[in-house]
Amino acid sequence: MPAVSKGDGMRGLAVFISDIRNCKSKEAEIKRINKELANIRSKFKGDKALDGYSKKKYVCKLLFIFLLGHDIDFGHMEAVNLLSSNRYTEKQIGYLFISVLVNSNSELIRLINNGIKNDLASRNPTFMNLALHCIANVGSREMAEAFTADIPKILVAGDTMDSVKQSAALCLLRLNRTSPDLVPMGEWTSRVVHLLNDQHLGVVTAATSLITTLAQKNPEEFKMSVSLAVSRLSRIVTSASTDLQDYTYYFVPAPWLSVKLLRLLQCYPPPEEGAVRGRLTECLETILNKAQEPPKSKKVQHSNAKNAVLFEAISLIIHHDSEPNLLVRACNQLGQFLQHRETNLRYLALESMCTLASSEFSHEAVKTHIETVINALKTERDVSVRQRAVDLLYAMCDRSNAQQIVAEMLNYLETADYSIREEIVLKVAILAEKYAVDYTWYVDTILNLIRIAGDYVSEEVWYRVIQIVINRDDVQGYSAKTVFEALQAPACHENLVKVGGYILGEFGNLIAGDPRSSPLIQFNLLHSKFHLCSVPTRALLLSTYIKFVNLFPEIKATIQDVLRSDSQLRNADVELQQRAVEYLRLSCIASTDILATVLEEMPPFPERESSILTKLKKKKGPGKVPDMEETKKERNSDMNGSTEPVSVNSSAVTMSTPSTSTDLLGLGLAPVLNSVAPASAGGSLLVDVFSDNSPAVASLAPTAEENFSSPRIGSADVVSDDPAAAVHDADELVNKFVCKNNGVLFENQLMQIGLKSEFRQNLGRMYIFYGNKTSTQFLSFSTAVICQDALKTHILLHLFCITKQVDPAVDGGAQVQQILNIECVSDFMEAPILNIQFRYGGALQNMSVKLPVTLNKFFQPTEMTSQDFFQRWKQLSIPQQEVQKIFKAKHPMDTEVTKAKIIGFGVALLDMVDPNPSNFTGAGVIHTKNIQVGCLLRLEPNTQAQMYRLTLRTSRETVSQRLCELLSEQF
Amino acid sequence: MMHFMLLFSRQGKLRLQKWFIAIGEREKKKIIREMTQSVLARQPKTCNFMDWKDLKIVYKRYASLYICCGMEDQDNELLTIEIIHRYVELLDTYFGNVCELDIIFNFEKAYFILDEFLMGGEVQETSKLSVSKCIEESDLMQETMEEYMSKPAF
Repeated sequence: MPAVSKGDGMRGLAVFISDIRNCKSKEAEIKRINKELANIRSKFKGDKALDGYSKKKYVCKLLFIFLLGHDIDFGHMEAVNLLSSNRYTEKQIGYLFISVLVNSNSELIRLINNGIKNDLASRNPTFMNLALHCIANVGSREMAEAFTADIPKILVAGDTMDSVKQSAALCLLRLNRTSPDLVPMGEWTSRVVHLLNDQHLGVVTAATSLITTLAQKNPEEFKMSVSLAVSRLSRIVTSASTDLQDYTYYFVPAPWLSVKLLRLLQCYPPPEEGAVRGRLTECLETILNKAQEPPKSKKVQHSNAKNAVLFEAISLIIHHDSEPNLLVRACNQLGQFLQHRETNLRYLALESMCTLASSEFSHEAVKTHIETVINALKTERDVSVRQRAVDLLYAMCDRSNAQQIVAEMLNYLETADYSIREEIVLKVAILAEKYAVDYTWYVDTILNLIRIAGDYVSEEVWYRVIQIVINRDDVQGYSAKTVFEALQAPACHENLVKVGGYILGEFGNLIAGDPRSSPLIQFNLLHSKFHLCSVPTRALLLSTYIKFVNLFPEIKATIQDVLRSDSQLRNADVELQQRAVEYLRLSCIASTDILATVLEEMPPFPERESSILTKLKKKKGPGKVPDMEETKKERNSDMNGSTEPVSVNSSAVTMSTPSTSTDLLGLGLAPVLNSVAPASAGGSLLVDVFSDNSPAVASLAPTAEENFSSPRIGSADVVSDDPAAAVHDADELVNKFVCKNNGVLFENQLMQIGLKSEFRQNLGRMYIFYGNKTSTQFLSFSTAVICQDALKTHILLHLFCITKQVDPAVDGGAQVQQILNIECVSDFMEAPILNIQFRYGGALQNMSVKLPVTLNKFFQPTEMTSQDFFQRWKQLSIPQQEVQKIFKAKHPMDTEVTKAKIIGFGVALLDMVDPNPSNFTGAGVIHTKNIQVGCLLRLEPNTQAQMYRLTLRTSRETVSQRLCELLSEQF
Repeated sequence: MMHFMLLFSRQGKLRLQKWFIAIGEREKKKIIREMTQSVLARQPKTCNFMDWKDLKIVYKRYASLYICCGMEDQDNELLTIEIIHRYVELLDTYFGNVCELDIIFNFEKAYFILDEFLMGGEVQETSKLSVSKCIEESDLMQETMEEYMSKPAF
């Protein structure tokens, strides 16, 4: 016998659950479930009407089966029926099923909305709460549309029960998050603010959550809340632990409300009004003081709740960043926690200190804890905590302690968890560059990084060291010597071979005087690594060899032998083969002078931002990398910094010296560039080098130019959150599609959106293809179509996908498809907006594109005779029915093109109607669900003046105008 | 704002899932799998927090049961631990010494109690008395034990 449930148990359900638990195998479980599903299906289909109890029981069983992870494809209707039951328990199960199982685009939403509507109007608080919960749980747009007008009224009405107010506030909050455009601001907003004064603390808690979210979007409108929140907070903080009765949690007065109020205050700068500000400072001081008092209970719940408030207060202090006294006290408090025996507190103290480190008032105070933090790195058993320690060291680093911190991080790297190694590598690389007084230290640090954690050194890191070495002559000799020494190690990382190959190729001559590193020794050393390396590295080494031919003529013959060997000239890899062939020819044919020009030392790279920072930001997501002074500036500047320093400048430069390039390399060069590009991420960066150094090349290799953009992705394209600002060249795009149905709607470095659409009468279907152009997966990919308020009544859109849902992860290079069904209800002006959101490398990408759904898409062409045409033309003679526009031709006035456009516009092109053969006439009917609008048009070109006159007559003024606007943009 | 709350056993069996954001079933299953794996893999005496994508995972163990919440970055971690604790207290008050079996056999009740406490990913009512009273009241609208036993078993 199963554990007997309390209250309203369902015996059949309990028996079923217990059966499932007794199943010995997965197969047995599936068998039992299928039996049950068959049983339920037959009950639902049976002739006998089920009573409410049975219906409830079966719906609940279905829910259980679903929660076990099986698909449920029936029973929704029965669940919806339960909503209209008068029995609370039946209604409750119905709502539960819907909350868990119904997704937002279900066809049942209308029926569900009906049930909800009845319950909201019932004035029975328990029913109202169920309904509000359901809205909050499903949170779909259709529900938002149906109820956003009612919920604010419920929330602020004087006679609403407290519990309903709480539900209403949070329900509204949820709708505001999912469909912010639908939640109307208005008179109720000021009344909501006053809920902060409500007597019922539960109501205040719920209202504070709502106000915080609203205030983040409209700070001005909710400014009033600051003083109210401060006074509420002050009353809580100063209350005795028993004052608030059940809202006191383990001797801490209303911790949830306190934290929410402190959170709300973080939406605003410090209060301007002196009294409010003073009171808030008092509150914060009281909270800091309480931390020093002995605990009122030994229970962990007490200390957690108390410290939760304390940490939130510290967040507010850091947010205001204006009271040096409070900041230093906060820092000291956190310093205490750094050595607390509770792991949680150590973790949070490290995290909180990270933000504190960026304040000028507390940066020095944070620095005093360096030893403790370094110790945490060495001794903490928990990787989460160690990661926070790394973050904090990074944040507290400045010129005074950089050497120490970098050394400690390098130390830690040897034993660090694999999951955080790459991040540490990036951080070390950034700090070493930023605080390098002496660039030999920088070079040593990066080589150490490669030695210790070569696999985690991303391209950005080693590109950067090469950029710096090229740009600073004082460090070139030292670098050549150091890499030469590092390469002596019997097993060295491939990244070291890359750096070594590049640097020796450029500056090997600086150490060639020493007999221990003579040209031949350098070459042999590099070549001993050659066969162990991957293709991109070998390609780089081949470039190094040809550079050696120039630097060290004495070993030219040796190098030519190597290039000439079968393993090079007949290498299966086309890139390697091509390089070998071309370099060999170059070394044989070109004179010393030409070689010297072609293989000249790389010119300095233009000063740019480090791409490593961009990478780190992407990795951690915006806002997670603590800003130091310099990093702040970067946001505005061009974030592109990736430069592939592979010494293919040899071939690039070749191209810009025509005498050799045409003869020797002209044949194969463009393909080389192309073939390199996909070979590795590094390959695509080749062009970066060209564009900076020899702009002339760009035009020679236009195909390669396209690859250019890849490294810039991510930083450049983060579109602002404001959807209005982000709509891409809205009207131009729409205009492009007025006369055609297929094509590329939108493209940037990350993705391409293609369209195929078909329209028949008042219905349309649009296939939207999203192509991921990068090699990285998009995460949390989601799309939504938004119609402006005015548009909604005119056009219905149903977006659904060819698979049930768009997979939230879109693989690199992959394409997903969605179908949009469109129904035109009546004539309309605006176009709907397609909103796309996804994560690319940690950064949230948000873009909006207008969908080219224009009124003319709903044209059906109508053929008619000249007589009919003019008869109807005369019938539509009321001035409002005609719209005329005279405009200048934007495109060449080609008769055939014009004809194609008019047909593409959707009307029938009528020949022999207009007495003037150079004029065009057309006729068609716009189909909408409500009405049909006949349309006649006439286009009169004037080739001499390069002008057109367009006249449209329809029975509706708005239609005439809209069509005229659309068509006149096409010529 | 909380994105999800999951209850699962030491063996990785999911006992309850509550989602406060709209996501597809496949994505849910992926998150559940990742959460059970990474939380169960945590060593003892580590902190109760983990970074996961752009969320902060806060979890706590009660005997054989783990409760795990996905929170947004700015949410208060310590208080999330106490949200978990308050929920367990509420279950405890209702079932009297709650155990995993209670949640298995009365999963719908566990949902109802959670709904009284949290809504839209935010705390709705923090008073234990108020929440318990709501639940008791709704039980009063339901049948007696005799009624229960006389119901068909299938």
